[in-house]
Amino acid sequence: MATTPRQSDLERWERERFAAEPERDAPFSTISGEPIKPLYTERDLPADIDEAIGLPGEHPFTRGVYPSMYRGRLWTMRQFAGFGSAAETNARFRYLRDHGQTGLSTAFDMPSLMGHDSDHPRSEGEVGREGVAIDTLEDMETLFAGIPLDQVSVSMTINAPAAIMLAFYVVAAERQGIGPEQLAGTIQTDILKEYIAQKEWCFPVDPALRLVTDMIEWCAQHMPRWHPISISGYHIREAGSTAAQELAFTLKDGLTYVERAVARGLDVDDFAPRLSFFFNAHIDFFEEIAKYRAARRIWARELRDTFGARDERSLLMRFHTQTAGVSLTAQQPLNNIVRTAVEALAGVLGGTQSLHTNSFDEALALPTERAVRVALRTQQIIAEETGVANTIDPLAGSYFVEALTDRMEEQAYEYFAKIDELGGMVEAVKMGYPQREIADAAFRYQRELESGARKLVGVNAYTEGDDEETPILRIDPEFEADQVRRVRAVRERRDAQQATSALGALERAARDPGRNLMPLLLDAARAEATEGEMVTTLQRVFGTYSESPAF
Amino acid sequence: MPSSSEKKIRVVVAKPGLDGHDRGAKIIARALRDAGMEVIYTGLHQTPEQIVETVIQEDADAVGLSILSGAHMTLVPRVMQLLAEQGADDVVVTVGGTIPSEDVAELKSAGVSEVFTPGTSTEDAVAFIRGAVGKRA
Repeated sequence: MATTPRQSDLERWERERFAAEPERDAPFSTISGEPIKPLYTERDLPADIDEAIGLPGEHPFTRGVYPSMYRGRLWTMRQFAGFGSAAETNARFRYLRDHGQTGLSTAFDMPSLMGHDSDHPRSEGEVGREGVAIDTLEDMETLFAGIPLDQVSVSMTINAPAAIMLAFYVVAAERQGIGPEQLAGTIQTDILKEYIAQKEWCFPVDPALRLVTDMIEWCAQHMPRWHPISISGYHIREAGSTAAQELAFTLKDGLTYVERAVARGLDVDDFAPRLSFFFNAHIDFFEEIAKYRAARRIWARELRDTFGARDERSLLMRFHTQTAGVSLTAQQPLNNIVRTAVEALAGVLGGTQSLHTNSFDEALALPTERAVRVALRTQQIIAEETGVANTIDPLAGSYFVEALTDRMEEQAYEYFAKIDELGGMVEAVKMGYPQREIADAAFRYQRELESGARKLVGVNAYTEGDDEETPILRIDPEFEADQVRRVRAVRERRDAQQATSALGALERAARDPGRNLMPLLLDAARAEATEGEMVTTLQRVFGTYSESPAF
Repeated sequence: MPSSSEKKIRVVVAKPGLDGHDRGAKIIARALRDAGMEVIYTGLHQTPEQIVETVIQEDADAVGLSILSGAHMTLVPRVMQLLAEQGADDVVVTVGGTIPSEDVAELKSAGVSEVFTPGTSTEDAVAFIRGAVGKRA
């Protein structure tokens, strides 16, 4: 039985033993700025630890969303991939599957993310650079050629035009003879975090939220194996937020989507089981583990107590994790293998359902095959060699981890209160509140780095030596011309009347706030309307969005 | 630091193209302002034409282009071309972002004064701009 140290014993220990030697010169705070004590003891545990953390697969799910967790099934190894043409990305998908990847994840290029066809004037120089160019149904079919969509789960990282990409995907599967009810996977869709952090938008906030609710509603009815949204903190963190801000803003976004769907008339248990999340795994190891555990507990409590969810599956904060791109350095890139491994380990010890590990060459470009193989092997080594997946939530009961988990939760609720004071998350976003918090945190961190208070190995510490020139992935500029030809060819050969008619119907439906636009988008996809045409059609009704510049 | 009788250095910090990664641009903008410069941040999704128009309207001494989308070899030369066409090629042009080393040389031969790659300190960026603008005065 653990003996709780008396307060007087701890004070004596600190005064006489610990203080006897000077502390080294270091911040002793997390990367988010949270001060950390030299020692945590049983006194730092919550009063009723068993109630506070529960058992795996049981409320409040602190220890994991499922009873068996990795004893039953390892996390999905899902490497984000995409560049150039659909054919090239299809080849990369097959390479990754051949090397043991268990789920697919699609990165789109900037024009696709922003709703522009490859031949749009704004697309010049950008096609295929940050991800794969998808303009048409034909591109989507090429992307998944030879990949059985009823057997592989697929994630698509796209937000503002998510409804359109989902339509392309559903129709591509239809053409493989597979119905939407058989499709497993996720589409990111989380538009609030776009205004907050990733900054990829097509429409103003309110119509964008209508589209999100349309997707949640339609998928609840037609795609029981699909996650219509991946409520994300990754990008919020990459933009410079603290761990607590990442946690708070993500969960608040999620609660906002739940509110909207309930306001539409949906029963929370009809859609909440298909909501999913996406978090960053940054380099401050224990802070990240505490963040995931707190997230599960908060989500479960809010869904049960605030929204009255009765189905236990509605309470599960299931999440994907990506190791922090922003932690990678261009200097001494091989060091990034270590960073990614540590971050991946945090994700696993935090109970993630799926994981992407960054490649070591990603500070400057998309990954080469060799680099992405190492990233995948990192996950496989963690899974097969380290033993961390032998038991569920191994860090439970750790004085430090439980104290951090509680602190993270406390900070999240402080942010929830502030956001509620502003009138809710949508208002807060329109006012620029989370954006400012993030910019301030980013600036603070930069100051710490530049003063040397915080070390970044290879950049402001241990800067001697560098690795040989790291070969990086180059996108063939010829590809852009090919893609432009491809999209124009589709417009030429399709039934023009059918496409025009479908777009007309889409526009009319968009003007009616009571219509769910998914069926209209599916028809437009079948009629081979391009992404850009569908977006432009919707912009005629919804308008566009631009951010007021502030720094 | 310029004395109160000296004109403040005017810098446009710009985000060309579709790239939405603005963390660095905002930090640089703040650092330049804290160092006593007049900073105009264009915000996101600017075309080269819009950026050059802002540079000219604001009578800027320098422009910092921030690009993390891989589209720099299209967008930066276009900005340089427009600046030259509009007689503003004395403006100091710097680029920041995820720029591979092979491209740095090419950008510099296009007239870019300096490229700030990941790990650059704001102190170095500020000092460079101050120095480069000073040389052109």
